[in-house]
Amino acid sequence: MKYAASTGEGDEFWTATGALELRGLAKSFDTKAVLQDVSLKVAAGEVVAIVGPSGSGKSTLLSLLTGALAPDAGEIFFAGQPVRGRQRPFAFMPQQDVLLPWRRIIDNAAIGLEVAGWRRNQARREAQKLLKPFGLSGTEAMYPSQLSGGMRQRVSFLRTVVQRRPVLLLDEPFGALDAITRDELQRWLLNIWQQNRWSILFITHDISEAVRLADRVYVLPLEPGPLQGEVVVSRDIPRGDGFMSDPQVGSLVEQLYAVLRHVSGGPGSAP
Amino acid sequence: MRMGRAIAAPLLAFLVLLALWQVVAMAQLVPPDMLPAPTRVVSAATAERDSLLRHTAPTVLATLVGFALSVTVAFLTATVLDFSRALRRAILPLLIVSQTLPLIALAPLVVLWFGFGLLPKILLVAFVTFFPMVVGFMRGFESADPQAQQLLASMGASRTVVFRLIRLPAATASFFSALRISITYAVVGAIFAEYAGAVAGLGVYMQSAKNVFRTDLVLAAVAVSTILTLALYSIVVAIERFCAPWLRIAAGDQQ
Repeated sequence: MKYAASTGEGDEFWTATGALELRGLAKSFDTKAVLQDVSLKVAAGEVVAIVGPSGSGKSTLLSLLTGALAPDAGEIFFAGQPVRGRQRPFAFMPQQDVLLPWRRIIDNAAIGLEVAGWRRNQARREAQKLLKPFGLSGTEAMYPSQLSGGMRQRVSFLRTVVQRRPVLLLDEPFGALDAITRDELQRWLLNIWQQNRWSILFITHDISEAVRLADRVYVLPLEPGPLQGEVVVSRDIPRGDGFMSDPQVGSLVEQLYAVLRHVSGGPGSAP
Repeated sequence: MRMGRAIAAPLLAFLVLLALWQVVAMAQLVPPDMLPAPTRVVSAATAERDSLLRHTAPTVLATLVGFALSVTVAFLTATVLDFSRALRRAILPLLIVSQTLPLIALAPLVVLWFGFGLLPKILLVAFVTFFPMVVGFMRGFESADPQAQQLLASMGASRTVVFRLIRLPAATASFFSALRISITYAVVGAIFAEYAGAVAGLGVYMQSAKNVFRTDLVLAAVAVSTILTLALYSIVVAIERFCAPWLRIAAGDQQ
């Protein structure tokens, strides 16, 4: 199956189709198990967050999805079809922006399309359409070193989105930014998601970020095992202004901390 | 502006040394046959400019052709080695050992095998510049950001596409710094080959001037070879600025 955007699609954005499903994924390195029996479902247009203590295998899980690593057991399905090989329904956004210093902004944004076989001019035109909604107008001819961290992260997100893959995989998307820029970009992401409803699976160690952006939050346990404590975040909770002061947010965050304490086996964990 | 300031200080130091030399020579502290004054070197060079130029041309040709050959073969070698770990293991040690071969012993051999024409000079220039170029390319390929390569792989890119879009452009900075180092070796390599035996060239000219005790003409030829090297070096820098504008921007940002 080919998932990448093909030339000639006219819409500026596209709507999510198909559910992502992980069934019983397991991965060990040598004899050390890192992931065990990880199952998860992300419906079309849903945002799911996975939080976990460091060392819980968050990035290993992403590597299984992107195909950088192969699972020892279990399988990944998209729209009912097993996901294998090099062509995958995911667009991956790494933690660092990983912009290529020798490519201008427009060519950095369009590189996913070039990899998918688009001609450079076509790829540029396609990425160009997204510059304005991403607040990047006028930067196309610049080099990454000329942009601020927040803008670079937006280019990185544009590069992810423009590939029009059904599911976005975000690895601590705003982890490398300062708190103020992070807040600004979270609001911006919520806003642009509202208009486009991509399916998103993202990984973070920032619990309040997880609650703010996701429909459902899971915890990846330190001791390899199934995902813990599904926490559902209602879309009724305001995610922009009023998020911090919403009465439900505090208890959701508290709930997640309790699950985290439970799975990290530190002091204060349940017996 | 920055460039101007960078050049001003060494230029001044050079002029001071030149003036000192002029004073020493004019005071006859050293016999003029041993150390002719800079002014005498210049006037000798002007008087002999036709034959100097006639001997410069083959050296330039050997340098350029040898260098082009070296860059091409180095690029192909480094690319093949980048794709094959087995070949890298087998060939890289041989390349390193090849650097221990003394040029002074190699030059006469190459002349013996390939005659007094252009070919041995080209080969020798290629030989002295090849290793730094290969290493420059390989270092450059390896300097590519692993995260960027993983990102491209996650997009479904093959090893070849990752090479073309990440590893090759990542090598630009390293390639040009190797190029700048090699171009200075290249002229020396050509002159050395001419020393070992040739019909024309700056090396030949220096030898024949030395044989008739024309120190001024030897120094004139040395000056020409230095100017030649500097000119080639500037051309490389100009090409680098044109081909890799982002390197300049990154450097500018640090200031």
